[in-house]
Parts: sequence; C-alpha cells; structure tokens
Amino acid sequence: MASSGSEGLYTLRHRPPSDKLVDQSFRFLVTALAALVAIILFAIFLVVTLDAREAIAKFGLGFLVNSTWNPSTENFGAFTAIYGTLLTSALALLLAIPLGVGTAIFLTENFIPSRYRTIIGNLVELLAAIPSVVLGLWAIFVLEPVLRPLLQLIHRLLGWIPFFSTMPTGPGVMPAVLILVIMVLPIITAISRDSLNQVPPDLRQAAYGVGATRWTSIFKVLLPAAISGIIGGVMLALGRALGETMAVTMIIGNSNNFTLSWFAPGNTISALLANQFGEADGLQVHALMYAALVLMIITFIVNVLAQWIVKRLSLKYS
Amino acid sequence: MTFSTHITDVPDEQVAITCEDVTISYGAFEAVKSVFLEVPRGKVTAFIGPSGCGKSTVLRCFNRMNDLIPSFSLKGRIIYEGQDLYAKAVDPVEVRRRIGMVFQRPNPFPKSIYENIAFGARINGYTGDMDELVERSLRRAAVWDECKDKLQESGYSLSGGQQQRLCIARTIATQPDVILMDEPCSALDPISTLKVEETMHELKKDFTIVIVTHNMQQAVRVSDMTAFYNAVAVEGGTGKVGYLVEFDETANIFNNPRQQATQEYVSGRFG
Ligand SMILES: Nc1ncnc2c1ncn2[C@@H]1O[C@H](COP(=O)(O)OP(=O)(O)OP(=O)(O)O)[C@@H](O)[C@H]1O
Ligand SMILES: [Mg+2]
Repeated sequence: MASSGSEGLYTLRHRPPSDKLVDQSFRFLVTALAALVAIILFAIFLVVTLDAREAIAKFGLGFLVNSTWNPSTENFGAFTAIYGTLLTSALALLLAIPLGVGTAIFLTENFIPSRYRTIIGNLVELLAAIPSVVLGLWAIFVLEPVLRPLLQLIHRLLGWIPFFSTMPTGPGVMPAVLILVIMVLPIITAISRDSLNQVPPDLRQAAYGVGATRWTSIFKVLLPAAISGIIGGVMLALGRALGETMAVTMIIGNSNNFTLSWFAPGNTISALLANQFGEADGLQVHALMYAALVLMIITFIVNVLAQWIVKRLSLKYS
Repeated sequence: MTFSTHITDVPDEQVAITCEDVTISYGAFEAVKSVFLEVPRGKVTAFIGPSGCGKSTVLRCFNRMNDLIPSFSLKGRIIYEGQDLYAKAVDPVEVRRRIGMVFQRPNPFPKSIYENIAFGARINGYTGDMDELVERSLRRAAVWDECKDKLQESGYSLSGGQQQRLCIARTIATQPDVILMDEPCSALDPISTLKVEETMHELKKDFTIVIVTHNMQQAVRVSDMTAFYNAVAVEGGTGKVGYLVEFDETANIFNNPRQQATQEYVSGRFG
C-alpha cells in the first residue's frame, strides 16, 4: 500500500496509556477544585446560619420588616438596612446602566479613531482599580460637598416629593448611590463593550444592507444580539452594589432610622455589619449574622434571577 | 494606465451604475485599479474572476458597504442616477435603501423569520400588508415552503442554504432599485440554486441585478452582461492588484472573448 510508507511518520495514532492517565487525573483534579468552591460556599452559609440561629428564633421573619435597631433594649430589625441596600443598588443601576451601555456603544462604534477609543476604554477600566476606601474618602471630601448645593436645590424645588423631603446636610443615601455608580460603571461598560464586540460584523452589515441607520442598527440589531452579555454584566454590577461595604459605610451616614428620603442618612446591610460588628456582643452579634444571612439570600436570588434572564434571552437570540 | 476595456454603447438612461476610473484601496494596498464600467438598467450583470481579484470589493462600493471598513478608500467616481455616490452630500443610508445587497455569507438577523423580512421593509417605510409581503418575498426567494410553518421561529433555525434564501427574501422585500448579490448561491444545493436563478429572471423585470459568481454556468444562465476581473502582481506592490479585464455581453464573453485571459478563464484553462 502506498500510504504505509508515510504511516510510520505519525507516531501517535495510538495514544499511550500514560497519555490517557494524564487525561483522567486532570479530570479528577478539576472536579476536586470545582467541588472545593461549592464546599467553601456551603461552609460560609452554614456558619452564618448557625450564628444567626438565636436571632432567627427570637425575631423570626418580623426581623425583615422591623425598622428599629436598638442594642440597649435588644430590639433588632433590619428593615432600614434591607431597604437601604435594595434602594442604593437599584438607584445606582438605574444611573449606571444607561451610562455604561452608552459608553460601551461609543467605544464600539467608529465615532472617533480606535486609538482614542482604546484610551478611553482603559480609563474606564482603571476606575475599577481604585480601592473603595479611596473612593470613600473622595466621596467625603469632594463628591458630597460639591454635590450638596445641587441636592439642596432639588430639595427646594421638589421637596414635596417624599424622596427629596429632607435638607441634605452631609453624608446620605444619594452620595452613596453616586459612589456606587462610579464603582459599578467599569463592570457594566467593560462587559457591554465585550458583548457588543462579539456581535458578528456580518450582522451590522446585514442591518446596513437593508438600509438601517446607525441608530436603528444599534438599537434594533446590535444591542438585542448582545443583550445576554449586557444583562450578565448588569447582574455582576448589581452583586457588587449589593455587597459594597467600605465606600458606602463612609458616606451613607449609617442611620438606622427609617426614612423615605434619599437625601437623609441611611444604611445598608453591609454598612451595618461593618459598623457594628466590632463592638457588638450577645444578641446583637446574632442579629448582625441574621442580617448577613439576609444579604446572602438576596444576592443568591439576584444571581439565580440573572441566570434565568440570560438563559431566556440568549435562547431567543441564538 | 488603461486597460483595453470594451464598453458596449448603451444610451445613458439605460445605465444604472457607472464606474469612472474607480480605484479602491485598503490602507496602502490597491485592491482594484482603474475600473470603467456601465451596469445596464433592468438587466443582470455578472462579475466573474478568480478569488481575490476584487469582485466583492467593487460590488460593495455600489451601496457604500465599504464605508464600514476603516482602511477603505476610493478614487474615481461611481455614478448612480447622475449622482456621484461618494459625493459628500450623499447619505449612505439612502443609497442602501435603493441599492440592496445579499452577502457572500448568510447573515440573517437574530430575530424570527417573519421579523427578518418585516424589519427591512419597516425601515424603508413600507405601509402595505406585511403578512402578504413576507409571504410574497419568501416565495420569490424559493424558501416559502420551508418557512411557512415556522415564521415565528428564529432565522437561525434554518439551514445555511435556507438562511441565504431568507436573506435574498429580506432584500427583495425592501424593493430596492438595484440588487447586489455576492455569490448568493454558493451555499445552495442545485435545486434551490435553480429556483433562485428563476427568481432572478423574474426580478430583472423590476430590478437591476449585479451578481458575483464563481459558477460559469450560472453566469451564462442568468446574466445578460458579464464583467471578467483578474488580478496581477505589480512591481513594488504588496499584493495582487485586481482590474477589469473585459466587460461585454455574456454570450460574447463566453463564446467570443477579446482578451486571451478571458478566453483562458472561461474555458477553465487558467492559472
Ligand atoms: N476588509 C479588507 N481589508 C483589507 N483587504 C481586503 C479587505 N477585503 C478584501 N481585501 C483584499 O482585497 C482584495 C480583493 O478582495 P475581494 O474580497 O474583493 O475579492 P473577491 O474577488 O470577492 O474574492 P472571492 O471570489 O474569493 O470572494 C483581496 O486581495 C483581499 O485580500
Ligand atoms: Mg468575494
């Protein structure tokens, strides 16, 4: 046979046993590593739940809707902090999504030469590298004082709306929201940009080919095609916003008195924990652990929701 | 530099698109040089030639699709309805609404089959009966039978060949004045190819069609005029430069070409 001469040049037509062994051990190794992740997660959950047990027994689900937090009478409720967590995260996303997705669109369209786009893209990503304690300081010394006159103006004009009903005089929910916007912006921008870049160029050509304008092709074709990635980025950002501790603690005012106003001091679960854990003892520790458990569950729900949304949307578009 | 290009004498109102000394470059690389060409109105014009000679490049200039490529630049003039397509005042979006395109690779929208057709029509301000338009366009593109029971399913649920016919239907649905087709049948089986060719015969009553094809028989079957492009290596150049060798009635190109290169290409003795 003519080919038998060249056959001898290919020595790996049969894989040696050692080769297969490597395959198998690799599989074992990665299984173990993946299991470790699950075990750690479960262990944390377990410890937090165990520590929260007493508080759960004492306050039950009422903990979630009780807005008093009084260590001297040992009456604890996390409503203010839960509300603050959800409110700051939601407001931050509301502002950061248009900003971040808009930036991503700008960075993936050819409005300016790609050299400058790369620079801007890198700058946005550098935002993510600023330690949150630095952002917190910046919020205290720069952002909040600069912003205050504007917030005061809003209060004077729109003070009849409950959300603006207090006179902003210092740390509060609104500066915390803005600092969260700055923190989640790079996540949303970077992931949206990557998802937009992954939309095949053929699709853009298709849109232009039927006579679409740039805007139609962005909003009707490119964004829908990239939506699952963008939502994934938004959910990551939400996770970050829900759990962010340092910068928020520094600027939110850490008040446990419930108010609807965005201009008054407030609290989040992670800020509450960071503030009180050091000096807490007895039931207060358990109450804090209960609050931590609530935060974990909220984050968990958000993640599951995110995966569900991404799955639904990507089914539609692939 | 002039190439001995034969231009058939057609009166002006019968010309859809004119190329006047068009040279197209990607960065410093001249992909196609000095093309003179008159695409006749209401006829099918075929572009043939070896791979990489610039057929797609020239075709994409007719509806300013090359605008999407940053390194692209063009010298010379491409005239459509008395207007230089690359003049400053010309809006490329309006150009593309009148000169539609079917691409070399199928590229349906990530939308339902129905939306794939309706999207372009809506963009072009279509006000008629959308259901009727969708059915008619799919029928004309010979893909109705495969689609009729799954109009609400994703365009990606079709096979590659069906997707290409969906893209043809999408273009037909926007009722352009000129349709550019870049190897529309390269992913199709012989039967769908014949169907699409029949469609072209019918379409040329209303549209001007320019089609790039590697299939000689197809060029003979569908086209009235044929342009043969070739590429030559030039001294000091970075790659082969494409040029238009010969443009004539299809029968002449295949039976009685003026240029030796054409003769060799159409008879398969090329290389
Ligand atoms: N986007 C681009 N950037 C740089 N060079 C390009 C680009 N598109 C095409 N070219 C070059 O231009 C020349 C002509 O390409 P074109 O795609 O027009 O060839 P073609 O005749 O359509 O070939 P085929 O029959 O294989 O489709 C080739 O040398 C190619 O490398
Ligand atoms: Mg091509």
